Amino acid sequence: MRNSTPAQPGPGGGGLSRRGLLAGGTAAAAATFAATVAGSPAEANGGVAVPHGRSVESFHGPHQGGVATLPQTYAVFLGLDLRKGTDRDALGRLMRLLTDDARRLTEGRPALADTEPELAVLPARLSVTFGFGPGFFTAAEAEDRRPRSLKALPEFKIDKLEKRWSGGDLLVQICSDDAVTLSHALRMIVKDVRAFAEVRWLQRGFRRPPHVEAPGLTQRNLMGQLDGTVNHRPGTPDFDKAVWVADDPAWLRGGTMLVLRRIRMELETWDAVDRVAKEFSVGRRLDTGAPLTGRAEHDPPDFERLNDVGFPVISEFSHVRRAHVADPGLRIFRRAYNYDEGLTARGRSDSGLIFASYQADIERQFVPIQRRLAEVDLLNEWTTPIGSAVFAIPPGCSSSGWIGETLLS
Amino acid sequence: MKLHRPMKAGLLLAAALTAALAVGACGSSGTTSTATPATSAPASPAAVPAAAAGTVTIVDPWVKAASTGMTAVFGTLVNNTDKAVTLVSGATPAASSIELHEVADNNGKMVMREKQGGFVVPPKGKLTLQPGGDHIMIMGVKKAIKPGDQFTFTLTTADGADVELTAVGKEFAGGNEEYEPGSDQH
Repeated sequence: MRNSTPAQPGPGGGGLSRRGLLAGGTAAAAATFAATVAGSPAEANGGVAVPHGRSVESFHGPHQGGVATLPQTYAVFLGLDLRKGTDRDALGRLMRLLTDDARRLTEGRPALADTEPELAVLPARLSVTFGFGPGFFTAAEAEDRRPRSLKALPEFKIDKLEKRWSGGDLLVQICSDDAVTLSHALRMIVKDVRAFAEVRWLQRGFRRPPHVEAPGLTQRNLMGQLDGTVNHRPGTPDFDKAVWVADDPAWLRGGTMLVLRRIRMELETWDAVDRVAKEFSVGRRLDTGAPLTGRAEHDPPDFERLNDVGFPVISEFSHVRRAHVADPGLRIFRRAYNYDEGLTARGRSDSGLIFASYQADIERQFVPIQRRLAEVDLLNEWTTPIGSAVFAIPPGCSSSGWIGETLLS
Repeated sequence: MKLHRPMKAGLLLAAALTAALAVGACGSSGTTSTATPATSAPASPAAVPAAAAGTVTIVDPWVKAASTGMTAVFGTLVNNTDKAVTLVSGATPAASSIELHEVADNNGKMVMREKQGGFVVPPKGKLTLQPGGDHIMIMGVKKAIKPGDQFTFTLTTADGADVELTAVGKEFAGGNEEYEPGSDQH
C-alpha cells in the first residue's frame, strides 16, 4: 500500500502501521494515503502510534502533488506578482530554488539554509504545488505557449471580485495535515520568493482532518452542506480525462489548470432560512446529502420526477440541477477548503469557501458551469464570489528535474 | 597579519551557539553511519555533486546571495576516503579570493578568522559549514551571485589536489561575517 520506501531509518526502526488510519476509514480511501518517512517511535515503544506526522506525499512523478492528493487538513494558497526584471532566466532560477525547497520539505527534510530545521521533520503529507498565471507567460517570453483558456474568467453578474483576492502571476499551494509544518514550509518558500516576486494575496483554508472524519468522504462546508459529492475519484479514467492535460500545449501534458475562487458565505441570512427551504435551494438533503429524489448521497438525482402538484422535485433553480454536468469528461474536480477569518465587533463572520477547481480546460469545463450558476442558482442568494484567479499547473518532475522545466528550459 | 575582529554585536550570541553546534558536529562526525536527513535522504541535484568518486564532496551546498563584497559558502564537506583530507585554500574566477574561516572564542569574544591549518575532514567523515561556524569565505565578489545561481569554486587539498564544487545562491539574513574596513591583508 506504500507509495515509496522510507527515506531514512527512524529511531524505532519499524514501519508505521495504518491501523490508526484504517480504523476510521475505508480501505479504498486509505489506498490513496501517503507513505511514511520513518517508523513511529511511539509505536515501537508500545505506545499509541501517531497516525501520520511522518507521512510523505511523493513530490516526484508525472503530476504535481496537491491535486489528486487526498486533501490535507490545512492549505495556503499564495498568489504572487512577479517583480519587474524577473525575466525568463530569473524564473528558471526561481523555480529551481522552489522545487528544491518543495522536494526537501515534502520529504521531511529541512530546506537549504533552513533556519528552523527541526520544524521540517514531520511533513504530515505536505504537498507543495506551483501554478503559473497569465503574467508568468509574459515574463517568460512564452506567450505563444500560454494555454488558450488561461485568462481572466468572463465577468459573471454574481461576482463582487476584490483585487486583494484576485489575479496573480505565480501560485504556491501548500497543504499539510499539520499547521506548524505548513507555516514553516510557507516561510521557507516565501524567503526564496522575495527576490523575484511580491505577495499579492494569501488565502488560508481548512478541512476536517483524516483522523477526525474518514478520509475520502464528502466534507461539509460552513453552510452545513455536503460539498463536492459529484467529484471524480483520483486515479480513475474519468478523473484523468477531466483533470490532466493530455494534448495541447505539449509542455503542460500531465499538468492541469486551476480556477481558484474565493466564495463568501452570507451565514447571517442563511441562518434565517428554514431547513426545507435550504434543501430546496440546494436540491439535496442537508443531513445525508442525498438528492431530494433519492435516499443516499450518491444516488443520481432524478431531474424528471414531479411532485404532487406537478412541479419538479428538484427545482429548476436548485444548485444541484444548475451545476449538473452530464458528460464525465467535462466535469471539474473540486478540492475546496473552508475559510473563517474572524468576526466583526457585532459578531458577524467572514467565512466561506476557497473553491479550488482543477480541470484540463477552463473554457470547456469550468466556464459553462459557472455561467449556468451565475444565470440561475438559488444558492447565489447566500454565496458571493469575491476572488478569482487562474493558473496553469505544470506537470510534475523527476528527482533530477524541476517544476516548470518543460516551459522554461 | 591574522584577522581577529569582533563580529557584529547582534550576532555574537548566535555565533557562539552555532559555533558550539558546529564543533559538536565535527566532533561526532568520524563516521557516516549516523543517519542524518542531509546525507541519508534521496538527494536533489543541488544537494550532491555528480562525481561521487572525488576525495571530497559537498552535500547541501549553498552560498549567500551577494552582489558585491563578501559572502560565504555553507554545506557539509564529506570525505569519501579512508584518510583525513585537509583543505588549505580555495579559488574562483567569480571572486578575488577565497579563505577558509572559523568562528572562534578569542578571550571571550567570538571572532571570525582564518582557520589555522585549514579544514580537516576526517576519514569517511564530514565537516559542517554553517553560519556562525566554519565557512568558506568569498571575498571580492566580481559578478553578482543571485538567488538560484550556480556558484562554482575550487578547494585545494594539502596534497595539492583540486576539488571543484558548486553551491546554489540563496537569500539569507544571517551569515554576516563581515570584515572591518581596511583589513584585506592575509
